[in-house]
Amino acid sequence: MINLYPVKEFKFPVIAECISPDVFQGKTREEIEELNVWEGNKQIKLREIFKVEKIKTENLPEKDAITIKGDVSKVRRIGVGMKSGEITIHGNAGMHLGEEMKDGKITVHGNVGGWVGSMMKGGIIEIHGNAGDYLGAPYRGGSEGMHGGKIIVYGNVGNEAGSHMRKGTIKVYGNVGQFVGLRMRDGTIYVQKDSEGRVGACMAGGKIVIGGFLDSVLPTFTIDSVKEKVKIEEGETVAGPLYLFLGDLVENGNGKLYVFKEKNPHLSSYEKLL
Amino acid sequence: MEILIRNGFVYDPINGVNGEKMDIAVKDGKIVEKVDERKARKINASGMVVMPGGVDIHCHIAGSEVNTGRLLRPEDHLKDFERKTSITRSGVGHSIPSTFTTGYRYARMGYTTIMNPSMPPLEAKHTHEELSDTPMVDKASYPLLGDWWFVLEYLRDNEIEECARHVAWIMNSTKGYAIKIVNPGGLEAWGFGSNVHSLDDQVPHFCTTPREIIRGLCKVNKLLNLPHTIHVHTNNLGQPGNYMTALDTMECVRDLACDDKPAIHITHCQFCAFKGDDWRTLESGAENIANYVNCHSHVTLDMGQVIFTDTTTMTADGPFQFGLYELTGNKWVNHDVETETSAGIVPFRYRRKSYVHSIQWSIGLELALLIKDPWKIFMTTDHPNAGPFTSYPRIIAWLMSKKAREATLKRVNPRAKSRSLLPSMDRELSFYEIAVMTRAGQAKALGLKNKGHLGIGADADVAIYNVNPETVDPSRKYKTVRRAFRKAGYTIKGGKLVVKNGEILKHVEGATMWLDVQTSEPLKVSDEMKRKFREYWTVEYENYPVTEHSLEISKPITVGTNV
Repeated sequence: MINLYPVKEFKFPVIAECISPDVFQGKTREEIEELNVWEGNKQIKLREIFKVEKIKTENLPEKDAITIKGDVSKVRRIGVGMKSGEITIHGNAGMHLGEEMKDGKITVHGNVGGWVGSMMKGGIIEIHGNAGDYLGAPYRGGSEGMHGGKIIVYGNVGNEAGSHMRKGTIKVYGNVGQFVGLRMRDGTIYVQKDSEGRVGACMAGGKIVIGGFLDSVLPTFTIDSVKEKVKIEEGETVAGPLYLFLGDLVENGNGKLYVFKEKNPHLSSYEKLL
Repeated sequence: MEILIRNGFVYDPINGVNGEKMDIAVKDGKIVEKVDERKARKINASGMVVMPGGVDIHCHIAGSEVNTGRLLRPEDHLKDFERKTSITRSGVGHSIPSTFTTGYRYARMGYTTIMNPSMPPLEAKHTHEELSDTPMVDKASYPLLGDWWFVLEYLRDNEIEECARHVAWIMNSTKGYAIKIVNPGGLEAWGFGSNVHSLDDQVPHFCTTPREIIRGLCKVNKLLNLPHTIHVHTNNLGQPGNYMTALDTMECVRDLACDDKPAIHITHCQFCAFKGDDWRTLESGAENIANYVNCHSHVTLDMGQVIFTDTTTMTADGPFQFGLYELTGNKWVNHDVETETSAGIVPFRYRRKSYVHSIQWSIGLELALLIKDPWKIFMTTDHPNAGPFTSYPRIIAWLMSKKAREATLKRVNPRAKSRSLLPSMDRELSFYEIAVMTRAGQAKALGLKNKGHLGIGADADVAIYNVNPETVDPSRKYKTVRRAFRKAGYTIKGGKLVVKNGEILKHVEGATMWLDVQTSEPLKVSDEMKRKFREYWTVEYENYPVTEHSLEISKPITVGTNV
């Protein structure tokens, strides 16, 4: 097990792709300290910003678990492309956390920046604080979003969460910003609380469930029915009743948007159309 | 600076040198007979292939269209970037690299002359600004004239000589090099939401047809003695069954050719060699086109070879790009360039699993292998439409090795594989033929007298590849060949050593070539013409021409004409 302690308060953004169980695997403490990271426009060694501690555990896991203790909200690209292992962060984390990760688990006991789990293909990211914008979304201009895996956020999330999503699950137990599931093709997004609107714009498929208040449904969605319950994932269902909207018709889409009936009395006018 | 390249296997098709061991001497930017051995820098090229610097006849590297593509695709830059070094500048881009990176990547592959094939005359200033920022290579641009209002009017009234004077004026004022025709008539029709579908369709509001435009401009080209032929992107490009249109286009200028000289260049021919009624029944029309080209000497082609990768399509063919957008549903740009032309950009991914894309891949190679004379077909990817130019080494490997083709065939769509002609083709090109297809033939077709060969007095653009033709059998060891062409052992540009083992040694600027066409009497600039500029263009007649000081290094080529 490897512990990392930030030795100073970061002034400049740090890009530390090397903080990943795949890179640390099989390296001694000294080797890990010598890994390169970028701080601002300078390339420095990991030991200049982190105190590295390697603890021998009795039953050695296959891959080393990494624990970061301290605020690393300026450190970007932690766990990029990781294939296995575990990263735990006690503090805030920066942007691009777990970008394109394939498997393994990242847990953050704090808030994270934007682009968390961007383009991820598998694995689990669990965030016990708030997340920034573009949760699970692709890089700007890209059309290949999340391809699998699971992101769970216990706090609030910014705009454009799960845009261009193709597969996988995003669960948010707080509020979300605008454009949840923008252009999504498949997969599931569950939001327990309120949404700021424009949910599922241009979606072509997939499922979005809004458990809280939704100001208005986009005019390019049509109401289909009222459902009693909806399945989020294997073994988890949300009890309704929920309005089911289909859309987005702009894209000739076949996406499903579920909105909790009780919290949205202003949507009752749709019932006339049923 | 004097350089002596010793003991290389020289392939110089224009001078008939086929793999002979000889020395090449370079002095003051030219190839010379001999240099002072003590003073000259010696390059030991023993066991290496020495060729003239590569020439690319068709490659979109600059202009507003390319730049819009860069803006449209930030994700294209994400994974392909180059850091700044003490010599080179930084840059990004896989299918549409930034200008500096474009120059460096070409130089690394041993290319030294690049032709930018579509420049709307209105955007000429922008294009030349970007070309001036493209280092390491000499370059030129073709203005788009097939749908230019004045040309259409002159051709409608059958005033060929006046049209020729007008084209001469455009060449001088846009600093162009050849006449480019894209979907003749179709782009004008696209301004009104329609298209033309055959050579004899009427162009709306102009009472003329694509056939008259192509023939008219071919006559103009001849009157003006331009070094290159007309450079044609055919009608119906990218539509199933369009090989007939391509054949019609070649046939329609047959009687205008003389002395066995080419009269027309059909560009990215792969895109106009589709047979079949729709996408499901698509087949290769390469055999029909190859048969025609083998029997006629007035045509040259370039491949437009498809590469299985993520790329960006960009042409001046607005209706074609609209079709692509409808096909892919991808983000897109479509643009009407006032009275001149149109443009469109759609990101596109060629997939091995797709039947159509696999057939397209096959068509390009079939064309190159079925056409017997390598002087008639040149290697391009129509960068970036069918794939980025950085894939040229892969095409070379496919052309030189049946084994390489089979390795790829195994992974393409099985239905496409069963319909492809490639498994039945045993032809494997030699280094000599590759030298023709990648440099000598292209330079000859472009009428570049000092490029594409290593004779005395030629520009000292030399590429040296680290592959020994005596010991390496390209048909078996195609990977070695691919590696060698990917990173040139040495590239010499204008007499300076600029690349060694694929690393840039020196940043040099390349010249921009343009035609200074001299007509006996100048174009009559009537008030009517000025009025049109004032009413229909955003740029007035007086401000229209690109002045010579917009070019970093200007290299005019004077052309005497018959008008």
